Amino acid sequence: MAEQKEVDRLTGTETTGHEWDGIKELNTPLPRWWLYVFYATILFSVVWVILYPAWPIGLSDYTKGVIGYSARADLMRDLEAQRAERAVWRERFEAQEVAEIARDPDLLQFAMAGGRVLFADNCAPCHGSGGAGAPGFPNLVDDNWMWGGTLEEIHHTVVYGVRNDHPEARMSEMPAYGTLGILERDEIAAVADHVLHLAGRGEDDPRGREIFAEQCAACHGDAGKGLAELGAPDLTNNIWLFGGTRQDIIAQIRQPRHGVMPYWFERLGEAELKQVTIYVHALGGGQ
Amino acid sequence: MTMETQRSASHPATPPSAASSGPAPADPGTAATPAPPAASPEKIKFFADREKIYPRNIHGTWRQIKWAVLGVLLALYYIGPWIRWDRGPGAPDQALLIDMPGRRAYFFTIEIWPQEVYYLTGLLIIAAIGLFLVTAWFGRVWCGFTCPQTVWTDLFMWVERKIEGDRNARLRLDKAPLSFGKAGRKIGKHAAWLLIALATGGAWIMYFNDAPTVVRAFFTGQASTAVYGFTALFTATTYLLAGWAREQVCIYMCPWPRFQSAMFDEDSLIVTYEDWRGEPRGSARKGQSFEGRGDCVDCGLCWQVCPTGVDIRKGQQMACIGCALCIDACNNVMDRFGRPRNLITYDSIANQNARAEGRPVRMRLVRPRTLIYIAVLAIAATVMAYTLVTRDRVDVAVQPDRSPLFVQLSDGSIRNAYTFKILNMERNNKSYTLTTAGITGAMLTVIGYQAEPATSTVLPARPDDVATFRVLVTAPPESVPLATHDLWFVLTDQATGEVVEHRTVFASSGN
Ligand code: SF4
Ligand code: SF4
Repeated sequence: MAEQKEVDRLTGTETTGHEWDGIKELNTPLPRWWLYVFYATILFSVVWVILYPAWPIGLSDYTKGVIGYSARADLMRDLEAQRAERAVWRERFEAQEVAEIARDPDLLQFAMAGGRVLFADNCAPCHGSGGAGAPGFPNLVDDNWMWGGTLEEIHHTVVYGVRNDHPEARMSEMPAYGTLGILERDEIAAVADHVLHLAGRGEDDPRGREIFAEQCAACHGDAGKGLAELGAPDLTNNIWLFGGTRQDIIAQIRQPRHGVMPYWFERLGEAELKQVTIYVHALGGGQ
Repeated sequence: MTMETQRSASHPATPPSAASSGPAPADPGTAATPAPPAASPEKIKFFADREKIYPRNIHGTWRQIKWAVLGVLLALYYIGPWIRWDRGPGAPDQALLIDMPGRRAYFFTIEIWPQEVYYLTGLLIIAAIGLFLVTAWFGRVWCGFTCPQTVWTDLFMWVERKIEGDRNARLRLDKAPLSFGKAGRKIGKHAAWLLIALATGGAWIMYFNDAPTVVRAFFTGQASTAVYGFTALFTATTYLLAGWAREQVCIYMCPWPRFQSAMFDEDSLIVTYEDWRGEPRGSARKGQSFEGRGDCVDCGLCWQVCPTGVDIRKGQQMACIGCALCIDACNNVMDRFGRPRNLITYDSIANQNARAEGRPVRMRLVRPRTLIYIAVLAIAATVMAYTLVTRDRVDVAVQPDRSPLFVQLSDGSIRNAYTFKILNMERNNKSYTLTTAGITGAMLTVIGYQAEPATSTVLPARPDDVATFRVLVTAPPESVPLATHDLWFVLTDQATGEVVEHRTVFASSGN
């Protein structure tokens, strides 16, 4: 670098003395305060490193900074504040019956928002993110309910679950007509044909009708309309939990499968249970 | 590098100021100057110290105009948030308000919702094109008269003059050794600056909060950290930019001078020195003859009054913000010597060339460039005004459920679910009739509002609010044979009969 000033012949401007292949750079000095601002930013970073978490140490640790700031602690504080903010709502949910809550537009709105999140976290793994269910896991969006579709009935199912070890749980068991030897193969086939006929598919089988009246009508009703108190499904529509082909129905009569749902009252609070109930009811099928 | 060469070539360096070190647009008609002698044994400097500028006070027409503009603009700024505007109960009564937590912006009768932010875009486009147009006509009037940087710097300089005296007094004061008197004046000046800066930062906050409330809260220590923080921030920036940085902002920080030369042409008005009659310059005594010499008496008053330290006699340059104070300065001198005024003048380059050659001058306001700006401006303003006047004050947002797309009910009918939002942007309670079109036999159910399926239902919406509903539409299987169908939601305002239609899809099994 040249130590001496050199002035460009054409422009009358000084050069920086830097030269590349005969091309020289004109010197347009930067304002000095600009340089100081640059120094200030360096200083700022030093102060920052001292005060705040900055450098990783190994793979799992980091310098903590002297003022003890933590983004996680901030988040916890925010969450705490939000919980406090929601406390009023929580109280209203706890104090009122589900049906009352569902009638109040504000609470309904709140329950829908809260219920959506709760449902996605807890219920969606089995019932699907939109509640459409899957084979063996009931669809909650349609108007067909095994254990009843009113707010109170849904609330009971959510709180105590189905066929678990809680005494209040929904409980029912259809006998395994085939494996227990109650019905013969051809009898089961005849019943299946009758059931299909109830759902509007195929010719009736008089023998099946007879057996149905004897064996099945106690729970499913004479017309096959089902009975929510006993968890006996309506057989007259085309909504089938374990599949609707003749084969599926025969299999279910021979050796029924039974779904299990956990109880939620210990995992979710009272307000949350009511919110999920209202959300499920509002998915579309609620009665 | 070429740019640099061209620009500097027209202005050989003899800077009385830091300001002329910035590149200046080329001055047509000036040839490149021969090379000055090279190589003096000084060290090369890569950083330039700021030369402090001590602008001298001046009286005159342009100064008067500048004061008037300054007064009006500051008044608008400080009074703005205090203007009240009744919007009825439950709504803020501040004419100009940006309500961040409430997600609303208010401008007198106009209320903007977040999804209407494109009006802000429109406003910015209009402002930009307006600025281009004004610049093409009148040069740097924005910089010289209305830019906040200029206005507040001018105000701060006025305070400085009141406390420390005019140019010569300030030069003397800065050279003098530290004394009680000097310390007192300096402290007084900075205290006054800080007070103005605080008022500036404080007023800014009022545009985002209810002014009387936030002022009361501010002085009783009840205001939020954000309020104090932003007030402190804007106080600091005002103090630093108007008190300390001043012309450095225009020369080194602001992008506008860098590209505004693109709006200039030879018919744009600029502050310029009539070198054809000023040169050769030289000092003069009163009553002496000006025969055979130029009118410039080389008194230096023009660069002494300049807030950016520019010597305009060297031609147009970037550091000149076009404040026209040097015109006032020179006119005072010309009057004293009985010479024609406006040796430094507000004129176009074309006219200057014409005057120099004794040709008639003319003001060309209508030029292709200005016509284009006007056209764009008119289009933008018309579109803005039209959409603003005809904009809906009720809007609908519909989101079909994706999981599941549709549900088959026990009677075989098909149902779709929608999240249905009504944006009621008016200040009163509304009630709407919702019906559908496009699918025969479609029935509506609304959670919490319409339990029994019906062909039409009534939905309420609160003032200035978004009402959200879960709407279920059930259709008989024979009217929805395809995988998707068009479905229209028709929302009718029961009071005004205003209708909003919204098209969405209805999914089915497709068999
Ligand atoms: S150069 Fe920039 S900051 Fe300076 S007066 Fe013009 S617009 Fe304002
Ligand atoms: S040269 Fe004249 S017009 Fe330009 S900034 Fe200085 S005083 Fe203002």
